[in-house]
Amino acid sequence: MAVVDERFMDLNMGPQHPSTHGVLRLLIKTDGEVVSRVTPYIGYLHRALEKIAERLTYPQFTPFTDRLDYLASMNCNLAYALTVEKLLNIEIPRRAQILRVIMAELNRISSHLIAFGSLSSDMGAFTPFLFGIREREFINDLFEMVCGARLTYNYIRIGGVAQDIPDGFIDKTKEFLDYFPPKIKEYNDLLSYNAIFIKRLANIAVISPEDALDYGVTGPNLRASGIKWDLRREEPYLMYNELDFDIPVGRGEMGRVGDAWDRYMMRIYEMEQSAKIVRQCIDMFQQGDHIAKVPKVLKVPAGEVYVRAENPRGELGFYLISDGSTKPYRLKIRAPSFANLSIVPKLSGGVMIADLVAIIGSLDIILPEIDR
Amino acid sequence: MIELINNIIGNIHSSTPMIRWLVYVMVIVISSVIVLSFALLYEGFATYAERKVAGDIQARIGPNRVGPYGLLQFVADGVKLLLKEDIIPFYADKWLFIIAPYIVFTASFAAFVPLSYSDHVYVANMNVGVLYIIAVSSVVSMAILMGAWGSNNKWSLFGGMRAVAQIVSYEIPIILSLLAAIIIPSSLDMKDIILYQSGGLGIFRWIIFNNPFTLLAFFIYFTAAIAEVNRTPFDIPEAESELVAGYHTEYTGMRFAFFFMAEYGDMFIVSAIAATLFFGGWQIPFINGVAMPLWLRETLQVVVFLTKIFVLIYVMMWIRWTLPRLRVDQLMELCWKYLTPIAFFDLIGASVWVLLFNGKGVYDILSALFVH
Repeated sequence: MAVVDERFMDLNMGPQHPSTHGVLRLLIKTDGEVVSRVTPYIGYLHRALEKIAERLTYPQFTPFTDRLDYLASMNCNLAYALTVEKLLNIEIPRRAQILRVIMAELNRISSHLIAFGSLSSDMGAFTPFLFGIREREFINDLFEMVCGARLTYNYIRIGGVAQDIPDGFIDKTKEFLDYFPPKIKEYNDLLSYNAIFIKRLANIAVISPEDALDYGVTGPNLRASGIKWDLRREEPYLMYNELDFDIPVGRGEMGRVGDAWDRYMMRIYEMEQSAKIVRQCIDMFQQGDHIAKVPKVLKVPAGEVYVRAENPRGELGFYLISDGSTKPYRLKIRAPSFANLSIVPKLSGGVMIADLVAIIGSLDIILPEIDR
Repeated sequence: MIELINNIIGNIHSSTPMIRWLVYVMVIVISSVIVLSFALLYEGFATYAERKVAGDIQARIGPNRVGPYGLLQFVADGVKLLLKEDIIPFYADKWLFIIAPYIVFTASFAAFVPLSYSDHVYVANMNVGVLYIIAVSSVVSMAILMGAWGSNNKWSLFGGMRAVAQIVSYEIPIILSLLAAIIIPSSLDMKDIILYQSGGLGIFRWIIFNNPFTLLAFFIYFTAAIAEVNRTPFDIPEAESELVAGYHTEYTGMRFAFFFMAEYGDMFIVSAIAATLFFGGWQIPFINGVAMPLWLRETLQVVVFLTKIFVLIYVMMWIRWTLPRLRVDQLMELCWKYLTPIAFFDLIGASVWVLLFNGKGVYDILSALFVH
């Protein structure tokens, strides 16, 4: 028989809870408001995507990658396409590469807008969330122009992109790039430098650089801990090596390096950088094919490959084993949020329930990616 | 109303005690119904106003479907809540669960009684008006705890504990800051307090302008009052991102609506106290009302009084949709480390001012200087 520790109360946070960002269940042992231990339980959204991949042909699996991190479908499409292309060893047309970078960076902005908004509503301020949604609508309109979808795009395909951009897309994107940067200042005025917001996030849940590496934390969360690691710079794919952009790292502006406020602020800085990248890409635009010549029946040469790409939430990796047939032999997905969630129990010893919400919000996890 | 009662009883003074008693009860019932209808109508429009203000701040439209400009939205909401299934959790403490919303609502509604809406419009002119309001609104915290405990839900219990801790703590700065204002007119009677503030163009003899300490007292009072009515940034008892919905998590339909209406009732009460004690109540600014016909003067006074209240309520809404929420320990810190000591010194300062200047305000002193 299990011994019940009467000092603590068991509390189930989730799977239906407003701030677990989906169907995450956290079993919390609390002593009043103070949390003593947190155990995440995952799998409520498990769809066996890795197994499904083994039963589908390579192009057929692309729409499933939309459902990994649905707030950054373009980036997930991209990582999968890069993986298959590496085994196929095909050359991607220049125009397709530029289009891919534009879409990936726009999607990074829209994903970070949700991260910004959901953290703000977790902290009790609902207005910034709607401001974020307002700007995200603009990006959704742009994506609707190119592929007709507003959430699960299925636009970046093996070999290039699904179709060329329509007329007016470039102008509308330029319009967005003029419209968006002033809004970031608005976010900062409203939320980032708000005294209460800083009080809630500064010095909360500090991830040291060593811990970040040990737990495999990636993306903005890793950079917030002061480690300058961005795959777009370290292992450049597409044409990122030709682009000029900064990699913001946490400096502990309001507290210690790697605290929740730093993690939040990484997203704000990265949105600025992404806008800068899109602007450069538009200047580099040139005519050409939007997709490489890919055979209708795609047979991928036998072999193993691991490809990772910098997603808004960290490194998304695909480990692909091909037996030379039309279907993957095995596809392992390395989801960034999964690793990022793994550090939650370590961070949340002795914090308060309200801080736990801040921890989850600042790590910006997304559940479909964790459960797959 | 008392005058009305006296008039009627005076006219039928010759009649038997039985009839006098009946008339007295009838008048009480009628005046209660009038005030209750006023309170409910106000609460309806307050919810509408809240949604419109929120819409305005969040760059969206807000309700605009039901009735002109969506004005009848609250009717639709009320009907919806009435028709909702009334769920009482199986393991709830049914007696506490059922009675809690009524006590909350009654306590909130009872505070409408001693308010002085104009020279002659009031329900009861109590000589302990301010004390009475503070006393009855404290009952709310007990009822909230009853509902929270009765729900048999851990999140509700958290919300209830937080609410009680918060309301009980914040009553201290509220009372201290109100005392700083009350010692100027030396009365707890709402009408006496307002009459004290007559003259000076209906503005300069307001207690808030009486001396620097009353000015400070108003800001202490208003901050603490927002906490008392559990609104952002002090809405931790019902923090939806942490506690699902706090103490009313398990309530549905009309029972939930009672909690909801009580919140808006409390907003009116705290604003009415502020308007009465700091902003001259129903004193009409700039216009000398003595020469006016009685009905016009009374109407103007009611309008002026309600305008002052609604301005304060608007400020509360504005704050709610702008700021994030504090953490529970930070909230207590603000109360006990900052507001309470400052309120104490403020009270001492105001007392010293009254002693030094013999109860005269800045306006009185200055005008005396210019006259001589």
